[in-house]
Amino acid sequence: MNIIETRDLHKVYEGVVPVHAVNGVDLQIEEGEFTAIVGPSGSGKTTLLNIIGGLDQPSSGNILVDAIDISSLSQNQMIDFRLQNIGFVFQAYNLIPVLTAKENVEFVMLMQKRPKAEREQRTEELLQAVGLGDKINTRPNQLSGGQQQRVAVARALASKPKFVLADEPTANLDSQSTTQLLDIMADLNEKENITFVFSTHDQRVIDRAKRVITLEDGKIVSDERKN
Amino acid sequence: MISLIAWRNVWRNPLRSGIVGLAIAIGLVSGVFMVSLQFGILESRTRDIIQTQISHIQLHHPQYEKGGETKFILENGPQVFEALSKEPYVKSISARILIPAMLESSKGNFGVELIGVNPEEEAELTLLKDRMVAGDYFKEGRSVGIVIGRKLAEKIGVKVTDENGEDSYNFRRRLVFRFQTASNEISSLRVKVVGVYQTANSLLEEAQVFIQRKDVDHILEIPGEIHEIALITDDRKEFIEEKLTKVNALPAIAGNEGAKVETWSDIAPDIQFFAETIAASSRIIMIIILLALAFGIINTMLMAVLERTRELGMLMSVGMNKLKIFTMIMLETVFLTFIGAPIGLLTGWGLITYFGKQGIDMGVFTEGSEQFGFSSIVYPELPATSYQEIIIMVILTALLSAIYPAYKALQLNPSEAVRAI
Repeated sequence: MNIIETRDLHKVYEGVVPVHAVNGVDLQIEEGEFTAIVGPSGSGKTTLLNIIGGLDQPSSGNILVDAIDISSLSQNQMIDFRLQNIGFVFQAYNLIPVLTAKENVEFVMLMQKRPKAEREQRTEELLQAVGLGDKINTRPNQLSGGQQQRVAVARALASKPKFVLADEPTANLDSQSTTQLLDIMADLNEKENITFVFSTHDQRVIDRAKRVITLEDGKIVSDERKN
Repeated sequence: MISLIAWRNVWRNPLRSGIVGLAIAIGLVSGVFMVSLQFGILESRTRDIIQTQISHIQLHHPQYEKGGETKFILENGPQVFEALSKEPYVKSISARILIPAMLESSKGNFGVELIGVNPEEEAELTLLKDRMVAGDYFKEGRSVGIVIGRKLAEKIGVKVTDENGEDSYNFRRRLVFRFQTASNEISSLRVKVVGVYQTANSLLEEAQVFIQRKDVDHILEIPGEIHEIALITDDRKEFIEEKLTKVNALPAIAGNEGAKVETWSDIAPDIQFFAETIAASSRIIMIIILLALAFGIINTMLMAVLERTRELGMLMSVGMNKLKIFTMIMLETVFLTFIGAPIGLLTGWGLITYFGKQGIDMGVFTEGSEQFGFSSIVYPELPATSYQEIIIMVILTALLSAIYPAYKALQLNPSEAVRAI
């Protein structure tokens, strides 16, 4: 079953010279996939991810998430849709610096108005799952980059999203942290069937991905599934 | 959680928040204290005028005018006085004869108001006895004795200051008053100064001369009659209208067309005008201070929003709606304001309480103010309603200052903000 589907997706940035960042992308991603979108800088990876995540509007075309056309949602509906359906992991971690690891993870569930007991239990489980069970009361500035990114993964999963979008999640990490992070995400994908979509340059991520979609000049030039 | 994040965000940069808090505190202390000085001046002026001149309630003949003809006596004055003296809310009362007179002395002639009083009554009503600086508060003798103000004493040579700045008084000097009797005849009276009083108001010191009523009522051809009854009640502000109604309802006054009853604010509308001016200028001062603070707060919060563009982008990305973002920025601004505001208000209250008891000598800055009836010692005070008003103004300032930074935060595009450097 397709969890994400794009139909003839275009994104043009208007300017003195219009830039066609996404140029007619047709893409289907099924539930439980572990997909990497790769390509050189400026190929449109991040733009495509932003459009799929509802952070940006396409110039034309449709995006269907779980058969819902999100390109027709209003701004407020889109915010709520993101909250309920999509998990985000950013290159620069982007944790809330004034909150502890536990509070950062719990925060998303609080916005979803989940009961306290459920929030606390899930936060603890997720932080255990990413190997930070002993850092729950630690603030981001006391965590390493790899640890912060693991908190970000836990936060992305806290809302029980339909899929997680990760924009260059390993770009700021050393190899040991990258391996740890990829192990965690691959494990969650295997055991809990969580769908991950990455945009990346990182060969280590590409090597672990089950499907690699290559973009060039806003177009898909290859779509390779590994066994 | 939103309020927790907002509160912790305030303390992300403790130095900056501390400086803004301090600026708010200092601004409020200055504003509150400045306003309290104005209120202190007003209160002192009102108290002084009431105590030395007009009391709380006065009764006259309806046609009586200050400095006018002496024939307009209060109808049934002694009976009215008797009735009022028995009322429980009347704390002190004095019956007076008021005579516009010309004082002739070797130093020149001066227009004065000769006030015929019963010394015991007047001592309680205007505390005249307590204000004596030289001589006696009336004494029986062969000559008719008068009590004059220090300023008039200087003018007519009763008070002399030697080369060393030492004051001495010459009570042997005799003076003559000329005035018009009730039958419009010109009459005169030889008197001797027996005492000198002092007030905070040099205009009064020059103009008011006190004499015993019994020494003057026969010459004025109104024996036993009075022009004015002045009284102090137990409350000047809250229930003065209620007292006025009670006074008007007394059998001696009700239906007495020869008696007009007025409160201090009827008699001295300038005081009411002064009070309204003070209240308006106090608000203007506070608005100017709060406006300056508002710009400081807006600047700080705008910096905070710009510094946290990426974080705000992330919050929007993960599903924090605009209302929550707006609320968070508003709360941060309110918290920032509330760091300094209570400190400022409490310090201001402390200073006002302290100086309200000790008084501040403003003589250096207000030279000559006594000539216009203002005391040079100011006792700052601020009514509770003014504190409430200031607190409401501070809250409004905080909320209004928060709107622009919060609006700027809402303008962020999450996909761009999340990658901001």
